[in-house]
Amino acid sequence: MAFFFEVLIGGLMAGVMYSLVALGFVLIFKASGVFNFAQGAMVLFAGLFFVGFMELGMPMVVSLLLTIAVMVLLAGVIERLVLRHLVNQEGIILFMATIGVSFFLDGFGQTIWGSNVRQLDIGIPTDPIFLLDGDILIQSFDLWAALVAGTLLAILVVFQKTRIGRALRAVADDHQAAQSVGIPLNVIWIIVWAIAGLVALVAGVMWGSKLGVQPAIVSLALKALPVLILGGFTSIPGAILGGLIIGAGEKLAEVYIGPLFGGGIENWFAYVLALGFLLIRPQGLFGEKIIERV
Amino acid sequence: MFYRESGQYKTSYRADQAIFTIPQDRVFFALLMLAAFVGIPLVATNYIYTALLIPFLCLALAALGLNILTGYCGQLSLGTSAFMGVGAVAAWNLATRVPDLNILVVFALAGLVTAAVGMFFGLPSLRIKGFYLAVATLAAQFFLPWLFVKISWFTNHAASGVITAPQLTLFGWSIDTPMEKYLFALGVVTLLALAAKNLVRSNPGRQWMAIRDMDIAAEIIGIRPVVAKLTAFAVSSFFIGIAGALYLFVYLGSAEPDGFTITMSFQVLFMIIIGGLGSILGSFLGAFFILLVPIFLTRVPPMLGFDLSTALVSHLEFMVFGALIVIFLIVEPHGLARLWQITKEKLRIWPFPY
Amino acid sequence: MTIAQKKIGPTLLKVDNISLSFGGVKALTDISFEIREHEILAIIGPNGAGKSSMLNCINGFYHPQQGTITFRGEARKQMRPHEAASHGIARTFQNIALFKGMSTLDNIMTGRLLKMKAGLLSSAIYKGPAEREQIQHREYCEKIIDFLEIQAIRKVPVGRLPYGLQKRVELARALAAEPTLLLLDEPMAGMNLEEKQDMCRFILDVNDEFGTTICLIEHDMGVVMDISDRVVVLDYGRKIGDGAPEDVKNNQAVIDAYLGVQH
Repeated sequence: MAFFFEVLIGGLMAGVMYSLVALGFVLIFKASGVFNFAQGAMVLFAGLFFVGFMELGMPMVVSLLLTIAVMVLLAGVIERLVLRHLVNQEGIILFMATIGVSFFLDGFGQTIWGSNVRQLDIGIPTDPIFLLDGDILIQSFDLWAALVAGTLLAILVVFQKTRIGRALRAVADDHQAAQSVGIPLNVIWIIVWAIAGLVALVAGVMWGSKLGVQPAIVSLALKALPVLILGGFTSIPGAILGGLIIGAGEKLAEVYIGPLFGGGIENWFAYVLALGFLLIRPQGLFGEKIIERV
Repeated sequence: MFYRESGQYKTSYRADQAIFTIPQDRVFFALLMLAAFVGIPLVATNYIYTALLIPFLCLALAALGLNILTGYCGQLSLGTSAFMGVGAVAAWNLATRVPDLNILVVFALAGLVTAAVGMFFGLPSLRIKGFYLAVATLAAQFFLPWLFVKISWFTNHAASGVITAPQLTLFGWSIDTPMEKYLFALGVVTLLALAAKNLVRSNPGRQWMAIRDMDIAAEIIGIRPVVAKLTAFAVSSFFIGIAGALYLFVYLGSAEPDGFTITMSFQVLFMIIIGGLGSILGSFLGAFFILLVPIFLTRVPPMLGFDLSTALVSHLEFMVFGALIVIFLIVEPHGLARLWQITKEKLRIWPFPY
Repeated sequence: MTIAQKKIGPTLLKVDNISLSFGGVKALTDISFEIREHEILAIIGPNGAGKSSMLNCINGFYHPQQGTITFRGEARKQMRPHEAASHGIARTFQNIALFKGMSTLDNIMTGRLLKMKAGLLSSAIYKGPAEREQIQHREYCEKIIDFLEIQAIRKVPVGRLPYGLQKRVELARALAAEPTLLLLDEPMAGMNLEEKQDMCRFILDVNDEFGTTICLIEHDMGVVMDISDRVVVLDYGRKIGDGAPEDVKNNQAVIDAYLGVQH
C-alpha cells in the first residue's frame, strides 16, 4: 500500500509539471483562441536562457530578471512578426503557425546555448522526506514544485478578476467585437503571451532543476496536449486536474499494467487516454457543449 | 508570349474538365515525364538517387496522402510517420509471409491495412475538429511504433527487432540498382498521383473540400460528414501506407519499426504547408523543397568558408523550417503551388504587365 | 403568367404544433402551418421571432421538442440535415454558407452530389463512368449558371466574389439539387434595389419554370407582398398571422407586432 502511495505521489508531482505547461496553453487559448503548440518550446527556451545566464556567472535574481525580460520581449516579437499578420485566420492555420514558432524557438535556443543537458541548481532542497513513519518516501523538491505551482495558480485566478483579465476574456470571445469596443488587441496579445512566457519560465526552472535543462523537455511538454483534452481547453482548474490525473495515471499504469506488455506504456498512455476521451466525451471533464448556429 | 490561351476554344465540357486544359501545359507535363523516366536515368548518379530522388518520391507520396486529409478535408494529423510505419510493417509481413505475392498486390494490401488503421484513429474527427484531432493522431504516433516493437509477431520474432526488405521483383524484373529502384518508385508514385488528382477533381474531392470549408453547410446540402471524413482518412492513410512501404522497400532497405518518429510526421506536414495545402502539385514541390534545405545547409556554408558543426546545422535546420512555415502561412498560405500558378498567369500576359 | 393563374397543389409540408427551446429559452411555441405545392410562402416577423429556427427545424438542423413535421405525407420526428436534403429539401442561409475555397462551378456541383453515384474507385480511375457522370451533371449545372446569369464567374473561387453574387451562387447550389422544397433565408438581405429586383425575378422564375415550392424569410415587405402567395407571421416564437398577403397586411395582431401597441 505504501508503495502504491509512493508511485501515486511521484505521478502527481510529474503531473504538476504537465499542469504548468497546460496552464500556458489554456491562458493563450482563452485569450486569443490560438492553440499554442510552441508552449513546450517556450519552456525549453526560458530554461535555456535562465541556466545560460547563470552559467555566465550572474546572480540568480539577475538571471531571473533577464530571462523575464527575454520572455516579454519574445511575446512582443511573436505578436509583431506572427500573430498580427494572422488575425481572423482559421484556428488550424494559427495552430500550424505556432508549430513553426515552436521549431524556430527550439532551434534558436539551442543555437545560442547548445544542446547539452545542463544542471540547474536554484537552491531548492532535494532531500527526501519520509511520511507515515518512513513508509512513504517523497522528495522535498516535489513539495516545493507543488507549492510554486499553487502560488502561480492563485496569482492567475486573482488576475482573471482584474480589468485586464476581463479584457482578455472579451478578446477570446470575438477579436473584431473586442476591437470595436476599444480593447487594443495587440497589447492584449503581448500581455497574454508574456504571461504564458512567465508560466513557461516557471515550468522550465522547475523542470530544469529536476531533470536538467535539455531539448527533451519539448517532447515531454507535448503531454500537455492530452491534459487539455481531459481538462478542457478553456478551464484553468481543468488544466491542473487534468495534469494531475495524467501524471498519476501514467505512473500507476506503468508500474501496475506496464509489466504485462513489457513496459514503456508511459510514453503513450496519456495520448491513448485522451483518444478515449475524444471518442466518448470530446468536451473533456469540464468543457461545455457548444451549440452551433447557422 | 509562348504561354497564351487566346484563340484556343474548348468546345466540350470534357475538354474543360481535363486536368490540363491548355496544350502548353500538356506539352510541359509530357516533357516533365520524359525527363523523369528517361532524362534522369541518363545523367543521375547513385548519390543523387539515394540521397535525393528516392526519398523525395517516398515522402512526396506521404505528403500527397496528408494533403488529402489536411489540405482537402481540413483534418489535421500529426501521425503521418506512424501510418507510414503501419504500411511498412504490413508490406513487410505480407512480402515475407506470402513470398510469391506480386509486389504491387503487397503494396495495395499494405495500403488497405493502413487505411483501416487510419480510419480508426480518424473516428474522433466525427465529433471534434481541427487541432483537437491532432491529439488523437498523436496517440497513433506514440502508440503504434511501441506496439510494433513490443508485439514481436509484427517483426516475425526477429531478435534484433529490425525488419529487412526482401528482394524486390516485379513480373520477373529484379529491382536492384538505385536507378531501378527509382524507376519503380517513380512508376508507383506517378500512378497514385494521377489517381489522387482524379479523386480531388470529382465527387470525393468536392465532398472533402465542402467539409473543410463549412461542415454544417455541407451536411445541409446532403453530404454525410461521417462518410466524407472517414473516406478522407481512409484514402489519405492508403497513400501514406504505400509511401511507408516504398520507404522501407526502396529507400531504407531495413528499419526498426519504432524508427518512424514524430520528427518525420512534422517533416511531411511542413512539406504540404510549404508546397501548398490543397494541391497535388504542391505536395511534390514541398517535398522537394524540404529535402533540399538540409542538403543546402550542409553543403553551402563550407563552400563560403564557414565550417559549421553538425549540431549547429541541425539547429539551423529547425530555425529555417520554423521560419519558413510562419512566412509561408502569412505570405502565401497556398504555398509553392500558388506561386507556380501566379508565375503561369504572369507568363500568359508576358511581356505586358496587365 | 400572373400569380393568380398559378396552380397551387395540395399540402406538401405540414408543420404541427412545433415547440422548440434552448435550455430555458423558448424559441418556438406551438406553431402550425402548411406549405402547399408550387406556392411561394413567406415567413415574416420581427428580429428574433423564430423565423430562422423554423427553417432549421424543417431541414433537420434543429430538433423540436414537440410537434411533428409531415413532408409529402410522411411524418417525421428526428431527421439529420443530410436526410432532409436527400428527401428534396434545399436551402440557403442568412449568412452565406458557401464553400469559400472552391470555385463557383465546384460549389454548384456539390449541389448535385446526391444525384451522383461514382464511388472512390471509379472516381480515382476517372476515365469511363465517372467522367461521363461528371460531364452529364456539368451540363445541368451549366443550365443553372445560364439561368442565374453567372457564366463569367464560373471558375472564380467564391471567397473572392462580392456579396450579391455569392447570394446568387448559393441559390444556384440549392437549385442544382433539383429540390422539391426550397427554403430561402433572407435571400435579399443587404442587397440594393437592382439586386433585389434580379433576385425576385429569379425566385419567381424558379417557382414558375421548375415548379419548385418556395418558403422564404424576408424583411422587405414590398418584396413579400409582391411575390408571395401566402404569408405566415411569427412574433416571439408564436404564429400571429397566416393567410394571403392582403389579409395579413390588415391583420390587427400583425400591425401591432410591427408598429407596437399603445397601452
